[in-house]
Amino acid sequence: MIFIKAIIFINLYIFAIGILIIFMDKVISNYGECKVKINNDKEFEEHGGKTLLKALFENKYFIPSACGGKGTCGYCKLQVPEGGGPALPTEALILNSKELREGYRLSCQVKLREDLDVTIPAEYLEIKEYDAVIEQIELATSDIKKVKINLAEDDEINFKPGQYVQIMFDTPDGLDYRAYSIASTPERKNSIELNVKLIPEGLGSSYVHAKNKNDKIQFSGPYGDFFLRTDSHRKIVCVAGGVGLAPMKSIIDFWNNNPHGRKCELYYGSRTTKDLYDHEFFVKIAKENPDFSYYPALSDKDPEWNGECGFIHTVIEKYLEDGANSEAYLCGPEIMINFVTEVLIAKEIPQERISYDKF
Amino acid sequence: MINLLVILFASILTSNIALTYFLGMCPFVTISKNMKVAYGMGLAVTFVMVVTAMTNWLINKFILEALGIEFLQFLVFIVTIAAMVQIIEIFIDRYFPALYHAFGIFLPLITVNCAILGISLFMVLRTYGFFETLFFSVGSGLGWLLAIVSIGALRKKMIFSNPLEHFGVTGITAVLAGLMALAFIGFTGIARL
Repeated sequence: MIFIKAIIFINLYIFAIGILIIFMDKVISNYGECKVKINNDKEFEEHGGKTLLKALFENKYFIPSACGGKGTCGYCKLQVPEGGGPALPTEALILNSKELREGYRLSCQVKLREDLDVTIPAEYLEIKEYDAVIEQIELATSDIKKVKINLAEDDEINFKPGQYVQIMFDTPDGLDYRAYSIASTPERKNSIELNVKLIPEGLGSSYVHAKNKNDKIQFSGPYGDFFLRTDSHRKIVCVAGGVGLAPMKSIIDFWNNNPHGRKCELYYGSRTTKDLYDHEFFVKIAKENPDFSYYPALSDKDPEWNGECGFIHTVIEKYLEDGANSEAYLCGPEIMINFVTEVLIAKEIPQERISYDKF
Repeated sequence: MINLLVILFASILTSNIALTYFLGMCPFVTISKNMKVAYGMGLAVTFVMVVTAMTNWLINKFILEALGIEFLQFLVFIVTIAAMVQIIEIFIDRYFPALYHAFGIFLPLITVNCAILGISLFMVLRTYGFFETLFFSVGSGLGWLLAIVSIGALRKKMIFSNPLEHFGVTGITAVLAGLMALAFIGFTGIARL
């Protein structure tokens, strides 16, 4: 008898506590409607409680964000002159003190709590949303898929070689997105190609990998200040690690069609021959175009391979010449970027002429 | 009345929950690096302590004892504490976002702060009445606040001194806590629980 009493009581108690918490959550976390004013011009209303980045996104203002709102990449920084509250400790890690004084915030960390003003740079307002269809999707290596995407018939995307787009997808917590570099040349405006590496338990990559031919896909873009500078005549040095080859393909394809007398080199680091993709494409360009040099290297030992071995920075150390008259474009894992930057600086390429895209 | 004041005074100083019983050590060591955050944590713990002790006292007196199911005390006390912490978390997230981010994981961890469960269990053990429990929990909360803020102040000074490398950060904090406990023994005899 006493145990029945105990069981009934504990169940009732936990039930009551649960109701209480849900009720408090509804009452306290209710921020009501908040007005967001953009560039002192347009404004929209949105439910409070969500992040500024998400609110802007849902109202078709696209802000670059590579990390998906975790507050680590720092791309989504915007000036919030009013209504953002004090900066959080997470933001102090990314923004420097000058930016903090000028009212810059990471829009993924700012929660809508009251009416707020935000300044969005003009180039972000150019970013559009595209409804597109997958024309072709195929495995390039065991874990990288090449995805060709066709835009709607009269739609076109104007991007610079090296920039990226954000694929959008639904999750149980609402709309989410992940960034992928465009691998095709900007001269083709009606379609783009992406190289997507499957990350175990990665939301975006598993979403894309599960897609089939003729499936619909939504993305926004173009984003990013990593792109080929066309106003110089220096040699282009491209360094790619793994799936970081995608933006390089866009850059080299574009350069191959519009060389302007510049030389171009590609250093491509991969693990094994199986992970090496688009190899023939670059070999072909290297054969046809004497201004292009291609240096693939494998970090793992592979008996079938008779090219360069070792990490890519050692290959650059061996072959790169005339660094003082070059500019470098790097895309790959952070550790690769760090090592390669060191080598490039030793080869007399100044820091400001090294652009990179970490992932 | 005198009895209540003695309980209040004793639980702040002579029987300080942190420095005499060494309960609630984990936030005590980790959150005390910054005095401002330590102060916020102290207030949060005090609040949770008072609210949970009072709720638990009522539930214990009018339901558990009445139904004769005192053996559920542990379970019920923990559920109350967990619920209070949830509500506080929602509240702080709404009104003090900077504090919320500074607490990080330690705010939900108040749930398993043994100082808070300790208060609820002591009050049963010592068969306190309603007002005694009130003064006891307020005093213990303030005592914990006093302890964490003062060790926060000491640790601020530690930045400029050079303790033995082998102490590390936590080691020297434990030594500091020990020395503070010694100092609090100086209050012995003023009041006793």
